[in-house]
Amino acid sequence: MIIPPWLDDFLWTYQNLIHALGINGLLALSMYVVLAVGQLSLGQAAFMGLGAYSSALMTLKLKLPFFMVLPASCVVPVLFALAIGVPTLRLSGVYLAIATIGLGEVLRAVYLNVDYFGGALGLSGIPERAETWMIYGLLFAAVAILWLVGRSGVGRAMEAMREDETAAGVMGVNVGRYRMGALLASAVLAGLAGALGAHVSSFIGPNEYGFEPAVTILSYALLGGIGTPLAPVLGAWILTLLPELLRGFSDLRLVFNGVIIVLAVLFLPNGLLSWRMKRRGA
Amino acid sequence: MILLQTAGLTRRYAGLVAVDAVDMDIPAGGIHAVIGPNGAGKTTLFNLISGVVPPSAGTIRFAGSAVTSLLPHERARLGIARTFQNIRVFGAMTVLENVLTGLHAHLSATLPEIVARLGRFRREERAAVDRAKDALALVGLSARADARAAALSYGDQRRLEIARAMVAEPRLLLLDEPAAGMNPAETEALAALVRRIRGFGTTVLLVEHDMGFVMDLSDTVTVLNFGRRIFQGTPAEVRREPAVIEAYLGPKVAERLARREAATRAG
Repeated sequence: MIIPPWLDDFLWTYQNLIHALGINGLLALSMYVVLAVGQLSLGQAAFMGLGAYSSALMTLKLKLPFFMVLPASCVVPVLFALAIGVPTLRLSGVYLAIATIGLGEVLRAVYLNVDYFGGALGLSGIPERAETWMIYGLLFAAVAILWLVGRSGVGRAMEAMREDETAAGVMGVNVGRYRMGALLASAVLAGLAGALGAHVSSFIGPNEYGFEPAVTILSYALLGGIGTPLAPVLGAWILTLLPELLRGFSDLRLVFNGVIIVLAVLFLPNGLLSWRMKRRGA
Repeated sequence: MILLQTAGLTRRYAGLVAVDAVDMDIPAGGIHAVIGPNGAGKTTLFNLISGVVPPSAGTIRFAGSAVTSLLPHERARLGIARTFQNIRVFGAMTVLENVLTGLHAHLSATLPEIVARLGRFRREERAAVDRAKDALALVGLSARADARAAALSYGDQRRLEIARAMVAEPRLLLLDEPAAGMNPAETEALAALVRRIRGFGTTVLLVEHDMGFVMDLSDTVTVLNFGRRIFQGTPAEVRREPAVIEAYLGPKVAERLARREAATRAG
């Protein structure tokens, strides 16, 4: 394939941003699957960190090839999602949110204080093995799968749960199983995003997976909406591009960023892309 | 044959016994009512039968097997369906999608089949849509199939709930105050609908305050007061029972119901 020189230049200059857009899109989808069944988790950053650390260690210490590391990066986040989901998902309300905030903070302390994880310095020298096409291939596949699943009985059950869990249960929806399934899918997506992020940036540190990124990931879905899988991805892209576009405002950048989010939440409670998908598969 | 049987069924809340050791036998087939003053425990009884709240004590048997510890979705699969007193349609979804949700327990396509859009998934989905359309036709909502459920009028939302509950052809249908807020013409149409549902072989158990509606339709009436079952019998027996007249009906209503029955018989 021949890439014209101007495009090559462009891709080279904005490489980091292009990677970030794809990875943050995956994180937005990880948030979406949980919100889509009416749950609130703030563990997306923690799951991402688990994927990043476990994959980086598999590459650095076990010298495994990336085609094995990438799928394996889901394993640890999924195990943690199970451990946190089993006790909290029986309860309704904010228990999952609180437990996942706790998980993120505990893991951050562990990364900081255990030498095997590199302590405050993090892990560096991770080979840059994730390619742009892998990131966007996974993002496209995730959107497509979530779209197809959304237009089926599963999607109807998810939306019904979000609207009224009691009524959904009476209609025959196994509410507990759907909550757990959503949390596991969310851990898989975040784990993949973490592994991809670690293998494009060569360095990971404990503060990249704390509370602040958890809230940022939530704001992707709040801004974009959860009517379709595309909506949170759009939210992620806007919130990833915005700081770049506002670079000229230097110190006021974060203020503008915050104001835009507040305005969006106030005036677009269903997100920028508020239309909902049809829930019929035939 | 007994379809639904509760024994010693009890639900306690802090400082309150909402349902107190209720023994109730509902035979298969027919229309059965639960009546009683506000706060008598009728809705709690429905919540216990449908599995929305767990009992504090007692057992529930349905079609011969114990369902006391089953979750709502498991009871739905066995054929227990219900509507809610405070309407609980899925407002953002379309009318048809609401009804399709009622078939959830009967869909068997796996995730790979759904993602690959295999023929089995598409056939199942088409069959489900056909059944949902039949259920909408039954309640007279075919024209509104693609409307958002929240956009329906109050009475239409009530009928949508019945379609959503009936689409899976349940063995037992629980109707919680189906005639609440309806005008006389709507109530009459509802009575006709409930009779049609009985004709499908679905046993109907309903809570209702409209005594004309209850007495006209029901084969048996169970009376609750302060969580206790104070009487179970035919409408005529219930009307004459002094305990029921004192606790709930009052002498005037009892008299009016008796006159009404005499008039129907004469006419």
